[in-house]
Amino acid sequence: MDIVKVRNLTKRYAEITAVNNISFSIKKGEIFGFLGPNGAGKTTTLKMLVGLARPTAGQIIIDGIDAVRAIKQVQDIMGVVSDENNLYDEMSGFENLCFCAALYGMPRAQREKRARELLQKLNLTAAAQRPFRTYSRGMKRKLTIAAALIHKPKLIFLDEPTTGIDLESARLIRRLLKKLKEQGRTIMITTHYLEEAERLCDRAAFIVKGRIVQSGRMAQLIKDSAAENKIKLILDGDLEMAPVLQFFAAQGIRVHGVEEVTPTLEEVFLKITNTERGGDN
Amino acid sequence: MKNLIAFWQILKKDINNYYLKPPNISWGIIFPLSWALMQLLRSPGEVWIKELLPGLMAMSVLFGTTSMLAVTITFERRARAFDRLLIAPVRLSTLVAAKLSGAIVFGIFNAFLPLIFGTFFVSLEGINWALMLIAVFLLAALAALLGLLVAVSAREVFEAQTLSNFFRFPLLFLCGFFLPITQLPKVLRILSLGLPFTYGADLLKGALLGKFIFNPLFSLALMVISCVLLFLLCQRSIAKRWIL
Repeated sequence: MDIVKVRNLTKRYAEITAVNNISFSIKKGEIFGFLGPNGAGKTTTLKMLVGLARPTAGQIIIDGIDAVRAIKQVQDIMGVVSDENNLYDEMSGFENLCFCAALYGMPRAQREKRARELLQKLNLTAAAQRPFRTYSRGMKRKLTIAAALIHKPKLIFLDEPTTGIDLESARLIRRLLKKLKEQGRTIMITTHYLEEAERLCDRAAFIVKGRIVQSGRMAQLIKDSAAENKIKLILDGDLEMAPVLQFFAAQGIRVHGVEEVTPTLEEVFLKITNTERGGDN
Repeated sequence: MKNLIAFWQILKKDINNYYLKPPNISWGIIFPLSWALMQLLRSPGEVWIKELLPGLMAMSVLFGTTSMLAVTITFERRARAFDRLLIAPVRLSTLVAAKLSGAIVFGIFNAFLPLIFGTFFVSLEGINWALMLIAVFLLAALAALLGLLVAVSAREVFEAQTLSNFFRFPLLFLCGFFLPITQLPKVLRILSLGLPFTYGADLLKGALLGKFIFNPLFSLALMVISCVLLFLLCQRSIAKRWIL
């Protein structure tokens, strides 16, 4: 069942069309990757989904509600992690989380309990009473994610959640996202790290110049792009590909092994985006 | 209930994060006090001092409130912390009201400093305290709304400050804070009649001195209507300019 349905979504800023007539849907309980180069329209799309930008045209249905007309009705079920760590510098980690919980109407005892729980989950308990401005980049990112999860949203939007943070924090965040998926939450993620998307996402859409150029299940996307299989030859050893072997034999080369190579998502991405850009890079 | 919790927490956060910070406390104290002291010391007598108090109070409200709101909101917008409020399931009207309330409280605090200071020089007998409180509240609300309008138009903190000064200084002279509007040239007098602050200053003068130019009920109604209209305008501008 789809929790997010986007139909013919368009966003224009004066002469610029940031998002051009895109359609996609996100199924309940899946991790959906929204991938594309810088300036492709990922963040603009995300902003329209969460109510920070108004679509020029198109429809957004979230949990059965028209989110373009009644965004306040669906913001309750959403957790949003923007690409910047936009918490309050003067407040401590604990205060920031409690404040965010209050914005969702959580009573005091409940928000304090939940804040402690999240601080512990994200290894931030020791820094709970420190002002946000004293946190390292990774800690700030983790607290920003915690703030988005404070009200236990069933739909979570993350814009570049692990960009520019240390490896350990990134791994912790990825583990957390997997856990959230296991709990049945739906996640939409934009990321530059394609390896991360490959590991985390069930399905993905590639957006280039405001248009979705390809979408589908992760495995399928990789398989489709594997039409031009590469063969990696390991010399010395038993061989099964007779004609190739004969060719190599004729050349006087000993072949040790044959291994089929599947492209990585990064290769798929580069291939798709480069084609769409007309091979300009 | 949800909106009420959010309202209170936004207000509390703003007071703790911005209004109770040492630089702002000093701004809130030093500015009205230095103005009051400057004017009070050069006043020739008790009557003259009492005549000055409403103007000093109105000016303290105007400067303190507009500055704080315009700057804090622009600052939050720059840091994108304001987005956090916009993505929460809180009504825009609640959000605007919460942001305004902090500035109004700060404005009221500012207004009372010259009054407290004035007690060293004059007797405060005969003041209509209820009307004075209402007048100060309405002036603070109006100034806060103007500050919010400035914040909606500004992108940087310095822009907000510059823009605020464009209307604050003319208002000082046009709205009868110090110079009675009856003494203004005819063209400026007509202009001053179109500014709601003129009626707020008159209410305050009436509450402190017992002398009104306009019917106080008319002034009250006009101030309330101006506040409501400005509130709606602010809400509309935020929805239009910040939810792009």
